[in-house]
Amino acid sequence: MSLPFEKPIDDLEAKITDMRSYAEEQGIDLSEEIGLLERRLEQLKRDTFANITRWQRVQVARIAGRPTGLDYVANVFTDFEELHGDRTLGDDPALVTGLARLGEQTVIVMAQQKGRDTKENILRNFGMMHPSGYRKAMRMFDLADKFRLPIIAMVDTPGAYPGLSAEEQGQAWVISECIQRMSRLKVPAISLVIGEGGSGGALAIAVANRVLILENAIYSVISPESCAAIRWRDSSEAPQAAEALKLTAYDLLDLNVVDRVIDEPLGGAHKEVDATMAIVKSVLLQELGDLLKLDEVSLLEQRRARFRALGRFEEVLEAA
Amino acid sequence: MTLERWFRRKKPTKGDDDSSPVGLWLKCESCNAQIYRKDLVANLYVCPECQHHYQMPVDARLELLLDEGSFEQWSGHIQATDPLEFVDQEAYADKLKAAQEKHHRKDAIVTGSGLLNGLPVALSVMDFFFLGGSMGSVVGEEIARAVERAADEDRAFIAVTASGGARMQEGALSLMQMAKTTVALERLAEKHLPFISLLTDPTTGGTTASFATLGDIIIAEPKALICFAGPRVIQQTIKQELPEGFQRSEFLLEKGMLDDVLERSKLKDKFAAYIRLLSGKVPQVTLEAEHVATL
Repeated sequence: MSLPFEKPIDDLEAKITDMRSYAEEQGIDLSEEIGLLERRLEQLKRDTFANITRWQRVQVARIAGRPTGLDYVANVFTDFEELHGDRTLGDDPALVTGLARLGEQTVIVMAQQKGRDTKENILRNFGMMHPSGYRKAMRMFDLADKFRLPIIAMVDTPGAYPGLSAEEQGQAWVISECIQRMSRLKVPAISLVIGEGGSGGALAIAVANRVLILENAIYSVISPESCAAIRWRDSSEAPQAAEALKLTAYDLLDLNVVDRVIDEPLGGAHKEVDATMAIVKSVLLQELGDLLKLDEVSLLEQRRARFRALGRFEEVLEAA
Repeated sequence: MTLERWFRRKKPTKGDDDSSPVGLWLKCESCNAQIYRKDLVANLYVCPECQHHYQMPVDARLELLLDEGSFEQWSGHIQATDPLEFVDQEAYADKLKAAQEKHHRKDAIVTGSGLLNGLPVALSVMDFFFLGGSMGSVVGEEIARAVERAADEDRAFIAVTASGGARMQEGALSLMQMAKTTVALERLAEKHLPFISLLTDPTTGGTTASFATLGDIIIAEPKALICFAGPRVIQQTIKQELPEGFQRSEFLLEKGMLDDVLERSKLKDKFAAYIRLLSGKVPQVTLEAEHVATL
């Protein structure tokens, strides 16, 4: 999978492949020329991704083939046992939850799951949770507190589902409740934005002690398309809206919205999935190790203070 | 249509033979009745004919809920900084400045303390006329500070909401206000102080999905639009017409999302009753009087 802005990279890669097979067929030595092109390719990749625009990041964050929540569950964790259902309304496939081990430690893992193909996308509602999904998350928070198991939450959603049934079942109520419930956890909680962190639907499982984000993931109050539709009255202005929203990993680090950016392999997580999984695993192990040193009260206070402090404003001298 | 725009109309709303001066007479957007503007204001911005509840300006709301002369303003000491340097067709900084000048306040909220039928309360009132009552860093911080001060001063807290949701010009920082206002409420909860949430037309998006729906008691005014995703967004998603009254107060009461839908004129006395009942005992004075009587 590649994006329009990656075309020069694809072209050069194709050229190298052609040259290799030509050299092989003809039995001639082109290693010097190939080596030269490979160095050029490396440089081109580095330049392309060093100058990537925010809109291009959005595209990388959403690209087909980018590892999904379940890929992380399968490769970063062991002994995964999925647990279903919210005990009230049903089971929301847009949020996968269960028990697993991260290294030696049992954890409760939850992952917003987009589809890896059209069929799964429909099953998973494109990663857009219904109220039932947030109830399932809260059930997992209860389980986590009871058995003193840390929470690891993978965020990847365009947003909470904006539909008729979701509204009837109190989408807003369940999101606020989920935010509150997560903020009250007595155990360590880490949230990792792996793709798209879409608004309140993402935040509901991201009220964590540590909020991490992959280099090419985004986290925003509104999608660039919807923002463009409202502010520019034209959703095709999404690239501009993406710039204005400052929604990339490093933007969010500057704003203290996230605590740490996890670098991805050059070209994005999908280019070298195994390497991505290894980096994520080592970061999660280290972060969790740090949090496990804190007691219940410190964890609660740290999490509360973290979110209480967010925002930018200035004091004015006289009252309005 | 917002009430403000209604008042601002260049051309008077009138019948064919009506020659009333601009703005003096209004046509109710709900029942089409001709209403004398002063009557509407005197009637708490409720149509005297059909009881349609219009959006209420902040000052009128404070007057409605608090005992005369008891309001002390807390908000107004902070202002937005445009952390994203957000520009769409217009710069956020300019828009904000224009709104500040027009509405004579720093942002879309007023907080403060007062007495409600003699009971000590603190409250936050959102101003929908100020950038759609959107919640950015300042609105979130004002609410958090007011809630915490209410807890310190042992006051019940009342949040009056009217908001288009999170302020997108502040990006993810405005999203974070949902979590900030939520964690601030913990102080109030720890002291077992009541939090009453009053949802007015319209309350949507990130405001609905945070502090607004975390009230111990959640009340809405009649026919207010209260939702997470707005009707237009849903229509685009499902591509079908929405049922009559969908996402309105009465519908939400039926779905179990609200404690009650109350007319504006009844709010103050009801709130006083809730606060008294939640305090768990009859007021001290009565107890003592009873004690004396039994001696």
